[in-house]
Amino acid sequence: MTRIADLMRALGARIVNNWIWRLGFACRFLWLTLRESGPSFRRFHLTIREIYFAGVLSLIIILVSGLFVGMVLGLQGYDTLVRYGSSEALGVLVSLSLERELGPVVAGLLFARRAGSAITAEVGLMKATEQLSAMEMMAVDPIARVVAPRFWAGVISMPLLAALFSAMGVFGGYLVGVQLIGVDEGSFWSQMQAAVDFREDILNGVIKSFVFGIAVSWIAVYEGYDAPPTAEGVSGATTRTVVTSSLAILALDFVLTALMFRGQ
Amino acid sequence: MRDIVQASNLVEVENVYFGYDQREILKNINLVVPKGRVVAIMGLSGCGKTTLLRLIGGALVPDRGEIRVAGRVVNKLAADELLALRRKMGMLFQFGALFTDMSSFDNVAFQMREHTKLSEPLIRNLALLKLQAVGLRGAADLMPSELSGGMARRVALARSIALDPMLMMYDEPFTGLDPISLGVIGQLIRRLNDSLGATSIVVTHDVAEALELVDYVYYMAAGKVEFHGTPAEVRAAGLPSLRQFVYGEPDGPVPFHFPAPEYRQDLLAQ
Repeated sequence: MTRIADLMRALGARIVNNWIWRLGFACRFLWLTLRESGPSFRRFHLTIREIYFAGVLSLIIILVSGLFVGMVLGLQGYDTLVRYGSSEALGVLVSLSLERELGPVVAGLLFARRAGSAITAEVGLMKATEQLSAMEMMAVDPIARVVAPRFWAGVISMPLLAALFSAMGVFGGYLVGVQLIGVDEGSFWSQMQAAVDFREDILNGVIKSFVFGIAVSWIAVYEGYDAPPTAEGVSGATTRTVVTSSLAILALDFVLTALMFRGQ
Repeated sequence: MRDIVQASNLVEVENVYFGYDQREILKNINLVVPKGRVVAIMGLSGCGKTTLLRLIGGALVPDRGEIRVAGRVVNKLAADELLALRRKMGMLFQFGALFTDMSSFDNVAFQMREHTKLSEPLIRNLALLKLQAVGLRGAADLMPSELSGGMARRVALARSIALDPMLMMYDEPFTGLDPISLGVIGQLIRRLNDSLGATSIVVTHDVAEALELVDYVYYMAAGKVEFHGTPAEVRAAGLPSLRQFVYGEPDGPVPFHFPAPEYRQDLLAQ
């Protein structure tokens, strides 16, 4: 009995120390970041520079992945639709899948891997090499100068990247469906135009990608700032950023989908 | 504390205690740094020297005691007052801690851009002046990754004097430098202190270099100030642990061996 009690106690301590404790710190950190965002917005060039690193440099992977995902959707979608004789609905299938789900989710996952990990590693190494302490000693708040611009760059980049991912995906679907397989071009586009609703489909997708952007950027800057100042600490934090933000995206996607598309 | 107390002091540390969690790092530290002097805090690695520097800079708060800089109690200042005080302090970190995403020039100009409204041409001239003072005006456009260890340390030094601080703090400025760079940094510390009319605290375990350079020495061991005096007094001191430290003897009051079970028993124990 005592062994079980010990085990339970150890488990409880682990949950409290590893999860609840850290979650509390992370929330406080987010609050500080938001509070310091004003000064950082006034010098928007800092954020623009980070948008370049997080957003622009992620473009290649986002665009290429979007194209391939769209092409696969075109093939798979056609294969299924043609059994029911409705292959001209391919445009609707491709664009709805992308705008509602695949665009925000896959772009979010790629963004976490490409930009989130880079942000964590950079902030973590800045801490490990005492750059953040140096900044503090120069009476400059690292949260305002380093963290807030990176956080907002992620939040701003993410919806744009997801939109580009979806656009490329639709183009990929068009290439495969219309150009390769020979689905009627007119019905491909007109059915898509008729079936896709701006508020229900596009706007909800944008909201999703915005929420994912907040989650990934928050996790990335927090893990970097909280990383133990050693090589091992920074590598562990980078891994945690990718794992935690991927799980967060998938979990949030389920919650948001349940909230947005119920009763349809 | 003899004649040194007579001069007006820029930094005064009084009965300071500090610890992380259960571990006590500093025990009843008392020291003063008179205006215009270069004072060394020496001791073995891990004796709490760097912690003391962070306490003076207000990055840490002591458990007990008082730290005064320019007459103000650092550990009781409000956040904005502390920031204002820090603008008058410069700190050179152990490995320079240059911002790796900026050129040498931008590193030096960083504080000027953050804290002043000076025009860009004026900032350019001031930053070049500072770089000239450390002999690296020619390296203004190089990135930190393109600098040698010694050069990086000098750029960091130029950065820390950017706003002409009244108090300069050096955290192990000599670590990992070749003999020439080491001499250069030592000379710069002295020269900048005297020409800027600043006051300097040098935390180091590099005995030879420090004793040549400084006006006064505090020797710390195990979180306490064990001895203080002028470099000549340190050299002549009879305190065994200080002698071992100054002359680099491998064994003495600070044992060569980390505490362990008896050697023979340990080997024979199966």
